[in-house]
Amino acid sequence: MRFSFFFREAMRSVNRNAIPSFAAVASVVVTVLVLGVFIPVVQATTGAANEVRGRVLVDVFLKTDAKSADVERVRVLLTEKTKHVGKVQYVSKADAYKQEKKRNPEAYQLLGSNPLPDTFRVTPDEADNALALRDELAPTAASGRRTSIDPAIDKVENRKDQTGKILTATRVVKLAMFMLVTLLVIASILLISNTIRLSLFSRRREVEVMKLVGATDWFIRWPFVIEGIVLGALGGVMAILLLLVGKIALIDPLAGDFALIASPETISFSVLVALLFAASVGVSGVGAGLSLRRFLRV
Amino acid sequence: MAISERHAQRLDRTAAADQQVPNVIEFRGASMRFPSGDSGLIDATFSIRRGEFVFLVGQTGSGKSTIMRLLIKEHEPTAGTIRVAGHDLSTLDRKKVPYYRRNLGIVFQDFKLLPDRTVHDNVAYALQVTGGGRKEIRAKVPDILRLTGLATKLHNFPDQLSGGEQQRVAVARAFVNHPPLLIADEPTGNLDPETSIGIMQLLYRINRTGTTVVVATHDHAMVDRMRRRVIELNGGRVVRDELTAGYRQGEVSTGEFGALLREPAPAPRRLPDPGSLFDDAF
Repeated sequence: MRFSFFFREAMRSVNRNAIPSFAAVASVVVTVLVLGVFIPVVQATTGAANEVRGRVLVDVFLKTDAKSADVERVRVLLTEKTKHVGKVQYVSKADAYKQEKKRNPEAYQLLGSNPLPDTFRVTPDEADNALALRDELAPTAASGRRTSIDPAIDKVENRKDQTGKILTATRVVKLAMFMLVTLLVIASILLISNTIRLSLFSRRREVEVMKLVGATDWFIRWPFVIEGIVLGALGGVMAILLLLVGKIALIDPLAGDFALIASPETISFSVLVALLFAASVGVSGVGAGLSLRRFLRV
Repeated sequence: MAISERHAQRLDRTAAADQQVPNVIEFRGASMRFPSGDSGLIDATFSIRRGEFVFLVGQTGSGKSTIMRLLIKEHEPTAGTIRVAGHDLSTLDRKKVPYYRRNLGIVFQDFKLLPDRTVHDNVAYALQVTGGGRKEIRAKVPDILRLTGLATKLHNFPDQLSGGEQQRVAVARAFVNHPPLLIADEPTGNLDPETSIGIMQLLYRINRTGTTVVVATHDHAMVDRMRRRVIELNGGRVVRDELTAGYRQGEVSTGEFGALLREPAPAPRRLPDPGSLFDDAF
């Protein structure tokens, strides 16, 4: 009997406070919609950034006259004695020549002989360590020039020396996304708590009267919590339906064309929906219960 | 203290313990100081016995409402003790306050009705709070509404009622649990004299069922005409506690009581207003 009574009370106040209820549902819809759009977007962006960072390489060029013993020595040096090394890929003179010739046949036709050195393509264990790795393999001497740690190594280079730029750019993208998400979450929390407080403020007299008649705190609180849950669920369902429509109408047709959107790192839609629904119901219910505390001190 | 009351107390003291009329309300040196430093009540000592009808009078800010708030444990006294039905209020746990309040009927100047509920539901809420089921509501609510003369307004909302009717609903809600104590803070403050008499008659009728009634008011004329016990406050102090002119419990019927209220009160003797003297001179 108790629960049905509380539920009826909650429904009555939804009916009687149509406008604040509508505002609450609307704010939940907006928040969930924003979160639902931004969670995959942020994931796709950071995923893309990480992918770009994965391409950061350190090329170790050997001298053109390096013998195979030199190659072996450098390989051991790289795989066992150097820190921050993730993966080492050996590209021999001949392989390099084949690749380059395919890319630019006329130039290599003219050239005749093979001017390319043996190369190690070293992937750092983490993209951020690329520069440290380079410093380790070819420390900067007092004169300002780089000298390599092994006589067989001719030059240590980051691919096109853009590693620094890529790292800064992806870091900025990640940071910007993080800040944007933080701002959005704060804005959402403020929006929802404000809506709850507004609707409670309009009913603080009612709460006061209930207290004076001898209602216990939870007797007053339950209908409000149930109301919050009902409104949160309603807003959550509406926002999720909108997201579904958006996904079917906009994202799915494009997914074939853009690798970014189909990026495997994005959360699956069903998990996202479950998460958003739980959040909207939880936040509204708990928010309503907590916000009421101030008015219960009579 | 009036002779009659002193006599009653002497009788009470000499009676056997189980025949003594217990004090429903007992203030012992109760003081209330607000955080702002203002005193709401200073060293108030008085007691109210079961079945009494007592007026608290005094100007605005004299401490009437403070006494009311202390009684419903909205505030704690900063000194002294308050006992209601033998229980010290300061020992009452905050969690128990709702259960304590169910034994009080409370009526306010501004009615404090729930605006989104009908008359019936407003009164029923007081029963629902205590866990009263549908059966109990169906048995009690129409009864109490008939007693308060609201039987035809069952399904009206508070804003569809006159001030007097709203106050009747508030009284009905306060009394539906048949509490042993009913307190009313300025119940007629917002009402015209004729309606006020109706409300006072209603409170008197409730008092005649054995409920102790405490009414705070600043309406001196009404109090003087009713000839009940009066506790007067001024600046937070109890300055007068007496029975006004010959009254014994259950002496008059409600009808006679109403007639009593309509009699003109004895003309108050006031100092001449300096302003009017000024007018006369010119």
